[in-house]
Amino acid sequence: MSLAPKLAFRNLFHDRLRLIATVIGIVFSIVLVTIQMGLYVSFERMVTVMIDHADADLWIVPRGTKCFEDPSLLDERERFRALSVAGVASAAPLVIGFAQWRTPTGGNTPIFMIGSDPRDAKLRPWNLIEGSADALAIPGAVAIDRSYFDRLETTRLGDYAEIGDQKVQVLAISNGIRSFTTTPYVFAAIDRARAYTGTAANKASYFLVRVTPGANVIDVRNRLRAQLSDVEVLTTGEFRDRSANFWLFGTGAGAALFAGALLGLIVGTVIVAQTLYSSTKDHLNEFATLRAIGSAGTYIHQVIIYQALLSAVIGFTIAAVIGWIVVVATADTALPVVITPLMTVMLLLLTVTMCVLSAVAAILKVMRIDPAMVFTR
Amino acid sequence: MTVAPAIEAIDIVKFLGDGAGRVQALKGVGLAVSGGEMTLLMGPSGSGKTTLLSILGCMLTPTSGTVLLGGQTITGANPEQLAKIRRENIGFVFQSYHLFPTLTALDNVRLALDVRGDNSARAQQKSKEALARVGLALKMKSYPRELSGGEQQRVAIARAIVGSASIILADEPTAALDSENGHAIMVLLAEIAKDRERGVLVVTHDPRIVPFANRIVRIEDGKIVGEERAETKANSKRGRSRAL
Ligand SMILES: Nc1ncnc2c1ncn2[C@@H]1O[C@H](COP(=O)(O)OP(=O)(O)O)[C@@H](O)[C@H]1O
Ligand SMILES: [Mg+2]
Repeated sequence: MSLAPKLAFRNLFHDRLRLIATVIGIVFSIVLVTIQMGLYVSFERMVTVMIDHADADLWIVPRGTKCFEDPSLLDERERFRALSVAGVASAAPLVIGFAQWRTPTGGNTPIFMIGSDPRDAKLRPWNLIEGSADALAIPGAVAIDRSYFDRLETTRLGDYAEIGDQKVQVLAISNGIRSFTTTPYVFAAIDRARAYTGTAANKASYFLVRVTPGANVIDVRNRLRAQLSDVEVLTTGEFRDRSANFWLFGTGAGAALFAGALLGLIVGTVIVAQTLYSSTKDHLNEFATLRAIGSAGTYIHQVIIYQALLSAVIGFTIAAVIGWIVVVATADTALPVVITPLMTVMLLLLTVTMCVLSAVAAILKVMRIDPAMVFTR
Repeated sequence: MTVAPAIEAIDIVKFLGDGAGRVQALKGVGLAVSGGEMTLLMGPSGSGKTTLLSILGCMLTPTSGTVLLGGQTITGANPEQLAKIRRENIGFVFQSYHLFPTLTALDNVRLALDVRGDNSARAQQKSKEALARVGLALKMKSYPRELSGGEQQRVAIARAIVGSASIILADEPTAALDSENGHAIMVLLAEIAKDRERGVLVVTHDPRIVPFANRIVRIEDGKIVGEERAETKANSKRGRSRAL
């Protein structure tokens, strides 16, 4: 085996204190990046959760809609016009909007209604732990999420409350349908949702289009765009991107998360570069000896890069464990940190890149040494 | 004995430092080292010995003059090419050993082969042989801090010879050692110089070393001021003699 990795390993472990500083730098940096990116992914998933769970190929949305939660209204006439377009199999109305939830004890809390036709629901609650989505056909039935029990002062299936002076009964309970805003989602039948949100009977927030089997979604979209005025027609992907962009970048939340991640990377790189540089300075005599006995520049670079890579592996391993703990600890919170396998691979590459970049300063330093210094030291 | 010099410096001039501190360390020096003999370079402190050794060792390039290695000029070689010349042809022994504190004696020796890209089992074997040759067969696993100064210098000599360098350059190799250990090191270097394929140049101002040399070159103030050839008993009687 070549001695370069051995030298790197020994150099690294020779000064434990510095190794600890290096590893802390890497761990700090990577954990920070992990959390920021994990929040980003989580936030992105949350802001598009309704679009992702809706059964639609195309969305007919009011002109200028920025995101799913943007409450403007469409006219039913547009739906009939859409149904006459070739390739459209169905166009189901969806009503969304804010309403007031009044608890039995008289408390008031804002909620976000989602109403669709209970017999042909294109957006029904999922992950139900109690009750059934079909129960929403019963007049006054609503579905809520378990995580909002406190807020809605509800404790179990069958509890009563009021929305806008009308009596409702909780007949389905889901697990994990959470909003990134603090307003709870409440599902109901579309006619009831219209009543709760004060929407006229001939209006709806969206029309969810399914295309006929074999029809090209883009072609149908284009035909719909040509036929309908005053609305926008978006594929599910387009609506999803628009919503995500609005929340992540329109609001600055995404930029803040990215800035945090970038800051973490910069701090990490500086710490690792600093410790690697001072380690190299301490071992300068040895590097000069290597040079004197005729080692190529690449051999010396190898030693330093191995040092960087070893630090990266140690740091990443610890950061991964901490990241995993954070994921588990936040899983049940309003904004869980989400780490995907792809993210894990990217974070590893990022750690390695960061450490190798940090080695540059040390390498530049070592290449300036004069091998003749071994005679005078 | 007409062996072509392994390395030869011709008309070397070397300025060191710059500005007001600029010094002409060498003022037109010629010196050849041939295989099979040990040359001593002696002179007072500051006379230019280390500078000349660095130039012969391809670590410094002369301001003017030529260095020939195996008859080939090395003028114009870049630092990477010079490093290659060093690892393939030259073994160094330094006053302060310059061993790697985190590596065992064996790995310290093997390093000289490793930097050539040779990390075979054969390299391991050669390194063991070199250590055995300097009398450290039983200390291969020791770290430098566990070895005496004399032993550390032996490891350094093993490192210098393991790659079958044609020239061994030693700068004051005994200066940090007591007389007994210094003596042993010189016996070893004289022994190594017997190989016709290898020339040894030792810089010193220690007169106790004189009996080991085949040739003594004297330098003063950057100029060669004398040369003596000695029929030493070092060659015939393992260097125990004090005679010159
Ligand atoms: N880097 C340097 N810059 C300027 N002068 C130097 C430098 N190195 C050595 N010198 C000078 O060059 C001369 C020769 O030095 P050196 O070859 O080290 O002598 P020696 O090894 O014989 O003691 C001395 O006068 C010394 O002060
Ligand atoms: Mg000197």
